[in-house]
Amino acid sequence: MLLSINDLHASIADKEILKGVHLEVNKGEVHAIMGPNGTGKSTLASVIAGREVFEVTHGEITYQGKNLLKMAVEERAREGIFLGFQYPVEIPGVSITNFMRTAVNEIRKYKGLDPLSGIDFMRLMEEKKKLVEITSNLTNRSVNEGFSGGEKKKNEIFQMAMLEPTLAILDETDSGLDIDALRIVANGVNKLRRPDNAFVVITHYQRLLDYIVPDFVHVLFEGRIVKSGGKELALELEEKGYDWIKKAQE
Amino acid sequence: MESDSNNILHEVTKQEYKYGFVTDIDTEFAPRGLTEDTIRFISAKKNEPEFMLEFRLKAFRHWLTMKQPDWAHLTIEPIDFQDIIYYAAPKKKKELSGLDQVDPELLATFNKLGISLEEQKKLAGVAVDAVIDSVSVKTTFSETLSKYGIIFCSFSEAVQKHPDLVKQYMGSVVPYSDNFFAALNSAVFSDGSFCFIPKGVRCPVDLSTYFRINAANTGQFERTLIVAEEGAYVSYMEGCTAPQRDENQLHAAIVEIVALKDAEVKYSTVQNWYPGDKEGKGGIYNFVTKRGICKGSNAKISWTQVETGSAITWKYPSCILLGDNSIGEFYSVAVTNNHQQADTGTKMQHLGKNTRSTIISKGISAGKSNNSYRGLVRIAKNAVNSRNYSQCDSLLLGSACGAHTFPYIQVENKSSIVEHEATTSKISEDQLFYCQQRGIDMESAIGLIVNGYAKEVLRQLPMEFAVEAQKLLSISLEGSVG
Ligand SMILES: Nc1ncnc2c1ncn2[C@@H]1O[C@H](COP(=O)(O)OP(=O)(O)OP(=O)(O)O)[C@@H](O)[C@H]1O
Ligand SMILES: [Mg+2]
Repeated sequence: MLLSINDLHASIADKEILKGVHLEVNKGEVHAIMGPNGTGKSTLASVIAGREVFEVTHGEITYQGKNLLKMAVEERAREGIFLGFQYPVEIPGVSITNFMRTAVNEIRKYKGLDPLSGIDFMRLMEEKKKLVEITSNLTNRSVNEGFSGGEKKKNEIFQMAMLEPTLAILDETDSGLDIDALRIVANGVNKLRRPDNAFVVITHYQRLLDYIVPDFVHVLFEGRIVKSGGKELALELEEKGYDWIKKAQE
Repeated sequence: MESDSNNILHEVTKQEYKYGFVTDIDTEFAPRGLTEDTIRFISAKKNEPEFMLEFRLKAFRHWLTMKQPDWAHLTIEPIDFQDIIYYAAPKKKKELSGLDQVDPELLATFNKLGISLEEQKKLAGVAVDAVIDSVSVKTTFSETLSKYGIIFCSFSEAVQKHPDLVKQYMGSVVPYSDNFFAALNSAVFSDGSFCFIPKGVRCPVDLSTYFRINAANTGQFERTLIVAEEGAYVSYMEGCTAPQRDENQLHAAIVEIVALKDAEVKYSTVQNWYPGDKEGKGGIYNFVTKRGICKGSNAKISWTQVETGSAITWKYPSCILLGDNSIGEFYSVAVTNNHQQADTGTKMQHLGKNTRSTIISKGISAGKSNNSYRGLVRIAKNAVNSRNYSQCDSLLLGSACGAHTFPYIQVENKSSIVEHEATTSKISEDQLFYCQQRGIDMESAIGLIVNGYAKEVLRQLPMEFAVEAQKLLSISLEGSVG
């Protein structure tokens, strides 16, 4: 088992957002999380990544047999957890190259490896840029500064490719993408899929799941996973909306 | 959320000064206090010609009529000018012919700072004139430079060997009557650097001086004079760190730059004097007068500074754009942390036609510090078709610090254009989380973000200096978040 979430409760500013989430993810699996706006999907992703503004009031998260909740944000990242942000933030003046170089080498240091030489690093960048079909000048620009919505999302996938995480959580990486970009992003993910890693994709749209075929689909509603199924569940949701789920909860 | 990120910021600001140590080098002191006798003592010690003594005495008499300025946005403990030792020289054991003959204590000091002379010598074409406690200890590369007719030596040596040049240019940009601290410096200055680039010569290396303040209770008063003759070019670097001290140390330097027709002078500073401890105790008072004059047409002077140290900084590197088409530039990063106070900026005096100036100021405040930008742009009546562009940004780490901007603009003709932009921003919790999620710890994240913010200024620095400055920026904010 890669990730195991048990009865997770989390709140922000004394408002409970997650109200008992259960989720188990094994290596080699792709899980999709769907659900109406504001039900806690991003919150769940943030809590897994370790964002401190959310207070975990109850429950456990085990990652590779370790108590994830005891680990610092950067430690989780170095242990292979990657979060593709729904709203990637701008960092003016810091080039993607410099940013990624720092990240890659910090992670290498954690693993007891020497930093990558300049040449090896540039080679790695070129290889990964191809994977997500990124034009070369994007990486010379400041992180997300002035990027279009689609460019920001592509940049998230590029970073994922660079860091080769064990558990990647992609929070609405498909939102705002045109049809070509969607295909590129999905292809990127598919190429990175391996038997020893796993993906959790948060999405509102079935169309992404045509490209990235999930093993499981979960519906998060009002802070709980209220329904899980195979990929057919996504089709059912696309067709019927969330009303029937809401009704079933009442 | 707000208070969380403040806590984080608070932690990173707690970092202690890494360069706090005292080197034990035999020192020869002037008697404590300041009278005409002190000045005669200093002048005699340095075996100065009559004109120097006269200059010092005139400055001293003028200083007696002046009061310490209080217009800056600073809170300064009263300074007892009679409780300062105005002269201290490390005793030379014998004439130095190589590094092996340099005081090992001194070398050790440089090694601790990671700026050993040995290393510096190896560095691509850097001539180092190391000033410790007011007297130049070692000058390298000066022989190579002299082939080009370039003079690069200590100020005292210049007074002995090139008195005519000193007499001609000293005080021509910063007259002794300029301000309280300039008058004090002119009266008691101990040493500094002198640099002369003759007509048509491009100085082939960056000239570099490392300053250190090193003796207890010794105010340091350096004086630097740089003259670039017609068509000459030089890039000059000044960098410094100081050992930890309990009492405030006064530092009042003067830097004068003269650029004649078509000459260009780039002056870069990395300043990292002891800022005082976390409670604001100790630390250097840095009251500096730096000014350059573009005397001839098409001359250019640029000031680039990275200021991370000192308890109090009062400093306005300025340009007088006298020649037509001359250019003045000011690029500054000023970091204040804990209880540091900085009031810094520039003055651009446009006197010639078609003169241009650029001001890029990046203030970074953390802890309980106060960081002010104060800038004057004056375009005189005859300076037609002149332009200025100013950009003053402030970055706040936490909510206990302050950032202030005081731009003064005077435009006396209609054909000139002055643009001023200002922004204030914070390092957001979102940015930190984003970096951390990629495996970068808090301190490296702050270093990364701050260096990104200061990039426009850092890229003006000579290469090897830029690397040092980047490290310094990260170090000086370590512990201010987390
Ligand atoms: N920083 C915050 N402060 C206060 N409330 C917050 C904060 N972050 C999230 N919330 C609240 O938590 C709830 C869940 O938000 P979350 O972002 O997890 O929803 P989501 O399921 O990802 O929605 P969407 O599909 O719109 O992205 C919302 O009511 C939101 O307003
Ligand atoms: Mg969301």
